[in-house]
Amino acid sequence: MTTRKKPEVWKKDSSFCPGCGHGIVIRLIAELIEEMGVKSRELHAVGCACNLNGCWNDPQLQCPHGRAAAVAVGAKACEPDDLVFTYQGDGDAYVIGLSETMNAGYRGNITSIIINNNNFGMTGGQMSWTTLPGQTTTTSKKGRDALKEGEPFKGPELLSQFENVKFAARGAVYNPAEVNKTKALIKKAFELQMSGEGYGVVEVLCGCPTNWKMSPVDSNKWIEDAVTRYYGLGIIKDETAKILKEAI
Amino acid sequence: MAKELLKGNEALAEAALRGGCTFYSGYPITPQTEVMEYLSDRMPEIGRTFIQAESEIAAISQVMGAAWTGEKALTSSSGPGVSLKQEGISYIAHNNFPCVILNVCRWGNGLGSLDSAQTDYNRETRGGGQGDYRCIVMAPASIQEGVDMMYDAYDVAEEYHNPVVILTEAMLGQMIEGVNLPEFKPVKKLGLIRPYGRAGKDYMEKYAVHYNRMVDELERWESIQTEDADYVLVAFGMPSRVCTDVVSILRGKGEKVGLIRPINLWPFPFKAFEGIRPKAFITVETNETGQLVDDVAIAAKKSGAGDVPVYCLATHHECADEEAVLDYFEKVKSGSVKERY
Ligand SMILES: Cc1ncc(C[n+]2csc(CCOP(=O)(O)OP(=O)(O)O)c2C)c(N)n1
Ligand code: SF4
Ligand SMILES: [Mg+2]
Repeated sequence: MTTRKKPEVWKKDSSFCPGCGHGIVIRLIAELIEEMGVKSRELHAVGCACNLNGCWNDPQLQCPHGRAAAVAVGAKACEPDDLVFTYQGDGDAYVIGLSETMNAGYRGNITSIIINNNNFGMTGGQMSWTTLPGQTTTTSKKGRDALKEGEPFKGPELLSQFENVKFAARGAVYNPAEVNKTKALIKKAFELQMSGEGYGVVEVLCGCPTNWKMSPVDSNKWIEDAVTRYYGLGIIKDETAKILKEAI
Repeated sequence: MAKELLKGNEALAEAALRGGCTFYSGYPITPQTEVMEYLSDRMPEIGRTFIQAESEIAAISQVMGAAWTGEKALTSSSGPGVSLKQEGISYIAHNNFPCVILNVCRWGNGLGSLDSAQTDYNRETRGGGQGDYRCIVMAPASIQEGVDMMYDAYDVAEEYHNPVVILTEAMLGQMIEGVNLPEFKPVKKLGLIRPYGRAGKDYMEKYAVHYNRMVDELERWESIQTEDADYVLVAFGMPSRVCTDVVSILRGKGEKVGLIRPINLWPFPFKAFEGIRPKAFITVETNETGQLVDDVAIAAKKSGAGDVPVYCLATHHECADEEAVLDYFEKVKSGSVKERY
């Protein structure tokens, strides 16, 4: 067995619930920052991402709910050599912050990492635009009625319509193979940003065992069996081949 | 009817329905979320409209749309969420639309914290959005009082054609007390409301009449033993409950102390200060810098007690307890703290 070194950028233990997907994704990001040898600027908005407060050794900022992408565009304009990324929940990025997310994709040169756990985790499990049809939450107690309340929202697919979006993908972390694939997706999005050529987004399907009222194991199984039926995994748009080759 | 044990947020949500609320739009935020969680299935159950909005900006905009069609519309939020509603509230006020906004106040600037607080006093009592308007602001000190206010809030909003803000606190939203829920009122849809128009003499004249009527008719407060008081405490909401106890403790020790409890925060109860001339006024507030204290100084001046010193005990993100108020009172008496005005 090999033990993996804790990345330097990671300052102290976070306080995510046991079995939460957030902890895995932020770990992947921390590893990549170390492996790529870049200086990062981490911007998270409001949601369980707030558990990152005080956990990052590089510059870190907690932004208003939904606005992290706009704050990131401002920071990137002033520090173009830094790896500026947002770390947001689905509610933050696709519901209240939809406008900022779309506008960052439309013309920004940042990376958005979006944790899709099908609900508003931090506030106790309300319906999100990503909630599956029939899924019960505290504001859809009888199950989400997709006809009245909307179909599951596909952020990376929507973003991929913009010319400026060069990379859009969806990963998951319900088993080790998917964890490794997700790391490769995030790496590509980061490399794209460092080449200065456009916007990249990686959404990651994550479990929220606490609000789903499932065990971590059942959460993973539910993602694999049910959630991936609505949210296909893998690359949605990739125009990095030419860009990254030229950059090398 | 028998009293029921209810959580503040849920009690106020039910009271809104019984008072006639037919439309709700909101977005989750702690410590208010139970209001919308409760209404999300309760409203469809009784044939009323519930929308989970994509943001607080959308929620207040949907309230504006609903109010325009004559519905009795409600939104609720806290902290940064209420800030996002301000543009919409300004538009609603400008159009003379009645509606109700519930702010379950949490502490802080920016994201703040989930602590119970009164840090939004200034914003709520000064209109809050662009321009020069006021919301009628009501601040309950118990869940029952909040229920009663909410029950009548649409009558007030429609009588004065003005938005009503009910300002509670995290503690009042989260705690459980015994309450009597009133019966359902019959619901009547309003007809089309005509705004006073845009800038100009006509607008000014009409708004002046509108404003003066609210100021003249809507002062509400409770005075406890103020007539002979040497020291008058001023507090609303949760701190006022503590101050009520402090008054009896100090009266028991022979100190002549009283309390003014503003019930409506706007219009401010200036009449409560008429005819009293204590040695000092002392505000007790759950915030950082003191906000109510400014209005108390203005009230003292207006009532001819402008030379009476006004002190402020601001207890940050925790509601004052009896000990804190008693301790501060001793300091005022001994001259070891400085007055604000
Ligand atoms: C303006 C504003 N509105 C509402 C909130 C309350 N709030 C905090 S986090 C959150 C939802 C978070 O959901 P998501 O982005 O999916 O993140 P998760 O916790 O699920 O990772 C909400 C509504 C807030 N902080 N600010
Ligand atoms: S509430 Fe859900 S999203 Fe938040 S830390 Fe716990 S498991 Fe993770
Ligand atoms: Mg979420």
